Amino acid sequence: MPRKLPKKDVVIIGLGWTGSIMANELTDEGLDVIAIERGPWRDAPTQFPPNYVQDELRYRIRHELFLRPDQLTFTFRNKMDQTALPIRDWGSFMPPNGVGGGGVHWNAETWRFLPSDFVLRSHLTERYGASFLPEDMTIQDWGVTYDDLEPHYDAFEYLCGTSGTAGNLRGRIQDGGNPFEGPRSRPYPTPAQKQPFSHTLFAKAARDLGYKPFPQPSGNLSQAYVNPLGLRLGPCTYCGFCEWFGCGNYSKASPQTTILPLLLRKSNFSGRDQSEVIRIDLDRSRSHATGVTFVDTGGVEWEQPADLVILSAYTMFNVQLLLHSGIGAPYDPTANKGVIGRNFTHQTISSVNGFFDNKKFNFNPFIASGAIGMCIDEFNGDNFDHGPHGFVGGGYVGQVQTGGRPIQTTHVPPGTPKWGAAWKNAVRDNYLSTVTPGTGVHGSFYSYRDVYLDLDPTYKDRLGRPLMRMTIDFHDNELKQNAFLTDKFAEIIQAMGAHTVDKLYRKGPYDATEYQTTHLNGGAIMGTDPSTSAINRYLQSWDVPNLFVMGASAFPQNSGYNPTGTVAALAYWAAAAIRGQYLKNPGPLVHA
Amino acid sequence: MTMRRRDFLAGTAVLVLGAANSRATIISGGLPWTPNAGNPPVPITQGPWLYFTAEEGRAVEALADCIIPPDPQTPGGKDSGCAVFIDRQLAGPYGRREGLYIRPPFMTGTPQQGPQSADGPAASYRKALAALDQYCQSKYQGKRFADLSDKDKDELLDGLEKDKVKLDGADGKAFFAHAIKDVQEGFFADPLYGGNRDMVAWKMIGYPGARYNYLDWVERHNERFPLPPVSIMGRADWSPRT
Repeated sequence: MPRKLPKKDVVIIGLGWTGSIMANELTDEGLDVIAIERGPWRDAPTQFPPNYVQDELRYRIRHELFLRPDQLTFTFRNKMDQTALPIRDWGSFMPPNGVGGGGVHWNAETWRFLPSDFVLRSHLTERYGASFLPEDMTIQDWGVTYDDLEPHYDAFEYLCGTSGTAGNLRGRIQDGGNPFEGPRSRPYPTPAQKQPFSHTLFAKAARDLGYKPFPQPSGNLSQAYVNPLGLRLGPCTYCGFCEWFGCGNYSKASPQTTILPLLLRKSNFSGRDQSEVIRIDLDRSRSHATGVTFVDTGGVEWEQPADLVILSAYTMFNVQLLLHSGIGAPYDPTANKGVIGRNFTHQTISSVNGFFDNKKFNFNPFIASGAIGMCIDEFNGDNFDHGPHGFVGGGYVGQVQTGGRPIQTTHVPPGTPKWGAAWKNAVRDNYLSTVTPGTGVHGSFYSYRDVYLDLDPTYKDRLGRPLMRMTIDFHDNELKQNAFLTDKFAEIIQAMGAHTVDKLYRKGPYDATEYQTTHLNGGAIMGTDPSTSAINRYLQSWDVPNLFVMGASAFPQNSGYNPTGTVAALAYWAAAAIRGQYLKNPGPLVHA
Repeated sequence: MTMRRRDFLAGTAVLVLGAANSRATIISGGLPWTPNAGNPPVPITQGPWLYFTAEEGRAVEALADCIIPPDPQTPGGKDSGCAVFIDRQLAGPYGRREGLYIRPPFMTGTPQQGPQSADGPAASYRKALAALDQYCQSKYQGKRFADLSDKDKDELLDGLEKDKVKLDGADGKAFFAHAIKDVQEGFFADPLYGGNRDMVAWKMIGYPGARYNYLDWVERHNERFPLPPVSIMGRADWSPRT
């Protein structure tokens, strides 16, 4: 029997970005809140101080800040008729762990999705006709609009101090910003970061080709900033150890830098680390959560009763906990019924390396930040006419060179041997004069009937529970999209003056061993119809109204942007609904 | 639900939960902080092999010099410490696959499903190095891999890479791909792990190492950064000479 703890108003599962945002919002409402976090407490002076954070082997190659697969992993297969096997070491994505969650290791690329992204199926059907979409594509409208979310995007950007150049201020297009973005109510809180040489060269080449390049919105700050909670961030020093690393410099927006120092001083908040929630507990009606059960690292089970449960773990763990708790009908792709696990998506990533004459070009690639970059958005979402191309979706492309860390950034021209004197000479001759975008082509990944999550029949975790099984592959639509975007991107790299351009197209089948991004989405999606969504437009469970599910698991499909801005905006949107509506009259906010 | 606003508490409380072997804590009242806390890296110690036998060590040094041959400006894989790097890695958590998912069953899958071997890197090296020497001894008049001419070594490795040379009891192609990755990681990792001795790899490519502030250099475009590399442990010439 679990040991029973005193009841709280709210229990939060996972203290990453969305858990921290919800905790801060709900403690402001006067509620007594506890957050339960699977991983350890993390902060800059202890875990990633500037005197030893610059360690590519320890943090990037050996994954020190990430979840360890022996704690929890997944099984993977491309197709429903294959046997899924366990992901024994991280490859195509790396799940976060610990206080701060993905907010510790993210690049801090802080985008908003396009207004048309939120009404995707209606928009595409209206413009191209329903028959333009592949038959097995299961994209949906979100049930929430860009206008609904705008104030919440704004709140997150001002929390973070995001550095950028506005492209659309209240409907007026601004020079130097992204002209395709939705209207924003005010400028970014801080100006864009400074740009290294290769980024300015990319911008010039893009302009010459008729595009409108703009600085990528960055949560690595261009200048010192005090956020609305009174917390201070310092200017980024362009050290080039950002994504996969913690920032030792208080320059990257994270729960640690923007929320936790204030949150932890509130007497109505407490956190428990090293404690993994294993079940959301339901009463006999199965439609009301009574709290959660968690297990600490000593193997002791505890019950934490609460009136309101916020599930704010990483995408995959949200879905897994819903399946383990028996909340919502598991998705069955054969019958096309059920909701938990459906519309699972990732991102369609590729890149292009550009090799330049080393007597004329020196890029100093190690001068970088995780979100620094010059991008174009002409080929994202539905910003261009897809009619002639026979696919839907798109992405931004840009010179987003996020570091020159030498284990992973010593690229050599195509055709170079992988070892020996020729390899060594090529590395020496090309390191400083090669453009190697960390994010080059950042494309959408739309949802399909046969890309989904369920429980594995064979493999178990350390607690004896079935692992979650990923069934995922690229479909023709995404591969066509990627070939189109990669070619467009390569034209710009060529125009920068590269003597050799290496186009690294994304090819099928989906490969779990090669890092792509950690932008996994869906599986507990939001929507307007309980037969095709797990949660309503306020992220409230259709089945258990005192449960709200945060995170990218809510995305019905993935857009061509990094997800964190939208994940955070959805958390603020849900918090506003809980504060403004739910607490006055606890129950379903939308009647199906 | 209670709707009271409460005052901020002064002071920090970090309580360890009841169970004897649990590391779980309750965090409230402020940011946890203890003086001199931290988890700095532990530099390797020079000296005898920790994992390899003498013969295995010799073979890996020879492999490292094939993968990264010495040249007049920059030492090769052996003298830059890549074999020491691999030895220390195999003797540590990496060799044992600490933290990885190693539960059975072990089934052969597609390349996209990743390695599914029951063996970790340490055991794989042992098996493959034995198979490599055995192959050489039968093919080259009793010579081990380390004793072959440079030309013979390169030809043999080329055969492994192209899957034309088959080892008995080990996947030669996979082993060589793994060795290339490990040698090159050792060459470019911070010298505290045993490779990249005296930061030779970083000097070779012009990487300034574990620095933390390029604020004044972001907009100095197309200029060579002038400062020499520095390791997480500092630089030899920073220490007073005695």
